[in-house]
Amino acid sequence: MTTAAGTPTDRSVLPVTERYTLLGWLRRNLFSDLFNSLLTIVAVASIFIVARLILRWAFNTAEWGVIPANFNLIMRGQYPAIEAWRLWLVIYLLGTTVGLVWRLIVGQFNTTARILVAIPLVLMLIPFFSMGTRLYLMITAVASFAGYFIAGYLPIQHRGRAASYFVMAYLVVMLILLRGAGADDGPMPPVQPILWGGLLLSLLLAFFGITLSFPLGVLLALGRQSKLPAIRVMSVIYIEFIRGVPLISLLFMGQIMLQLFLPDGFPLVDRVLRALVAITLFSAAYTAENVRGGLQSIPRGQYEAAQAVGLSTYQSTIHIILPQALRAVIPVLVGQFISLFKDTTLVALVGIFDLLGIARTIIANPDWLGTQQEVFAVIAVLFWIFSYTMSFASRRLERRLGVGQR
Amino acid sequence: MQNIHASQVRPPFYRDERVLGVFSQILVVVIVLGLGLFFFNNMITGLREKHSVAITFSFLTQTAGFDIGESLIEYSRERTYLRAFVVGLLNTFQVAVLGIIFATALGILIGVMRLSTNFLVSKIAAVYIDIFRNIPLLVLLIFWAQGVFLKLPRVADAIVLADAFYLSNRGVAIPWGLPTDSWGTYLIVLAAGFIAGAVLAYFLREHGKRTGRMPLVTLWFIVTVAAVGLIGWIVLPQPMTLDVPTLEGFNTQGGKILSQQFMALLSGLIIYTAAFIAEVVRAGIQSVSKGQREAATALGLTAAQTLRLIIFPQALRVIIPPLTSQYLNLTKNSSLAIAIGYPDLFAVAGNTILNQTGREIEMFTMIMGTYLSLSLLTSFLMNIYNRRIRLVER
Repeated sequence: MTTAAGTPTDRSVLPVTERYTLLGWLRRNLFSDLFNSLLTIVAVASIFIVARLILRWAFNTAEWGVIPANFNLIMRGQYPAIEAWRLWLVIYLLGTTVGLVWRLIVGQFNTTARILVAIPLVLMLIPFFSMGTRLYLMITAVASFAGYFIAGYLPIQHRGRAASYFVMAYLVVMLILLRGAGADDGPMPPVQPILWGGLLLSLLLAFFGITLSFPLGVLLALGRQSKLPAIRVMSVIYIEFIRGVPLISLLFMGQIMLQLFLPDGFPLVDRVLRALVAITLFSAAYTAENVRGGLQSIPRGQYEAAQAVGLSTYQSTIHIILPQALRAVIPVLVGQFISLFKDTTLVALVGIFDLLGIARTIIANPDWLGTQQEVFAVIAVLFWIFSYTMSFASRRLERRLGVGQR
Repeated sequence: MQNIHASQVRPPFYRDERVLGVFSQILVVVIVLGLGLFFFNNMITGLREKHSVAITFSFLTQTAGFDIGESLIEYSRERTYLRAFVVGLLNTFQVAVLGIIFATALGILIGVMRLSTNFLVSKIAAVYIDIFRNIPLLVLLIFWAQGVFLKLPRVADAIVLADAFYLSNRGVAIPWGLPTDSWGTYLIVLAAGFIAGAVLAYFLREHGKRTGRMPLVTLWFIVTVAAVGLIGWIVLPQPMTLDVPTLEGFNTQGGKILSQQFMALLSGLIIYTAAFIAEVVRAGIQSVSKGQREAATALGLTAAQTLRLIIFPQALRVIIPPLTSQYLNLTKNSSLAIAIGYPDLFAVAGNTILNQTGREIEMFTMIMGTYLSLSLLTSFLMNIYNRRIRLVER
């Protein structure tokens, strides 16, 4: 057997020179027998063909002009250009908040922190960026540094609690900045959510989808595990119903029917909010199933011990069971976040201009006819970068928590 | 002073767990029912203003009046809405079944490649998995439809493979069997072959149980059916002729044309789901502990026997549950057909019919009911299968 994990070559048997040389490595991993050598040749040939196809397309056929010309659209959709400073402020504050929280929780300026700070600096190298954009990116990096150093001088007792307050404050400020307030000709005129778009909207939908669905999902998971039959049955029905239908049907239903359910004269709910409601309800069912996995992994002894020391059901759930159950499913929840991030593309089908929706408007523009391949390639790469980074981070987290070891 | 026994001390009713349990259940039920009634009432009031009858399915027997691009059963715009719904349902079935078959095959291939001792082969599989698991399916589908299949040459300049497959921006024309007069007889012969194979398999299994040496029952079954099928094919005067498409002017003639939308949807679903199935397969094979393989080798089993008798049955037990959920995902994901214009259940019912009739509640009930029963049916069947192969412990 050469495939499916055959017996590995015992390293200690090989002569020293073959153990560590390139030739030895090649022989072990690529040419151990005839079949393996044939596989290697086929693999090299297919890599060559695919790589040539892609490189030829990227350097000869593709018309990349469409990307710089529509870059702002891809990033922020129809968000008014004159209000773009608010988005930058949101990004600076994000940098500062990350810096603050990093100091409070991680406490040291390690490799991951360096990579995080490097991101805006590396983005400065993108060739078609204007000098202004580069300056703003530089300010972002400086802001995150500032956050990190300021946090060192703050007289803070409970670091964890302070960090969560900072994050919550940031979220409130961010929403106020994005949404705007006051008169239309004031300093910060309101911007309707339907104008938010592109990458901005994709990230916001995913973030708020998962944050809002999390408490609901935990409640549903507890409900499904509950000893009380009425609560259990209702939780099971909800979870199985949502998991049995496609997200797209829920999104359409949200767009068409949400307004029907509300009383006459109720103000029209924004399109984006309607989509967010559908995404949240959808995601909650999946969160519930993931959390249930964690709840089931808690040994019975924990429940019994909690009862023995006189904790009520509520107390033991909050202080004993949930903390352990949630820690066990962190990697699964990250996985769910990634798939939710990918699933937000579906809102493009109900007339919302997220990253994919914006891509569809760009290729429909007569100026950029026939650029489907270029635009979709860039969109796919953007999604890929975000999802892959998250799954990479979750794998490292998994190793640190030792979840897979048990 | 009265002596009070510990057993006599009862907590006040507001701290009694049983009372609290009943009370909280009643509270939750009342809240949920109340909200439900509130929504339902609002909905009925709203619908009364729009339609004469709030909820009715009678519109299903009215004439549809719209065309559907492709259909497995006979359909025209004079048929009813119900017929259109069934057309969409069958299209969903078609894409789901074909997608599941091909995605499983590709997924197993890539999953096994991922475990190969060959460095390059394993890395190619890893790159495939990492790329396609991290791109949204919808982006992949639209890219595939608009960036690949739509960019193929016109029919007149179609890409021809092996003189039989024509790839153009209208779809793919493939050779297709045309049944002749003797096709009916041949089907009977095939059925007889199946029965003969099943009888043979039964006796072989009984023989194996008696002697303790189990023959290759499945192999013998397949050989029997194939032999009967082959003999029938030779004896009968050509039960089926092969219809190869040809290029005539601006169109292909003959064969079967798989539309551009169908091909884009199918290939997108296969490529995406295969990446997930590959991970399921890899995890399943890796879950079989090393000792099992070593024990099998120590007992003198060959590599093929080890795989068939030791590794596979145990890996399957780990693979089946997540594989089921991947199949369900594929079926539900086929509803994204609406983005590329393939007339599946959701596109026909949730878009066209709904827009024409304005019957939201009825259509969504039918769509969600259909998907829900599909899901529940699949999980039910898979649970039965799962129970059959699960570990029997003392």
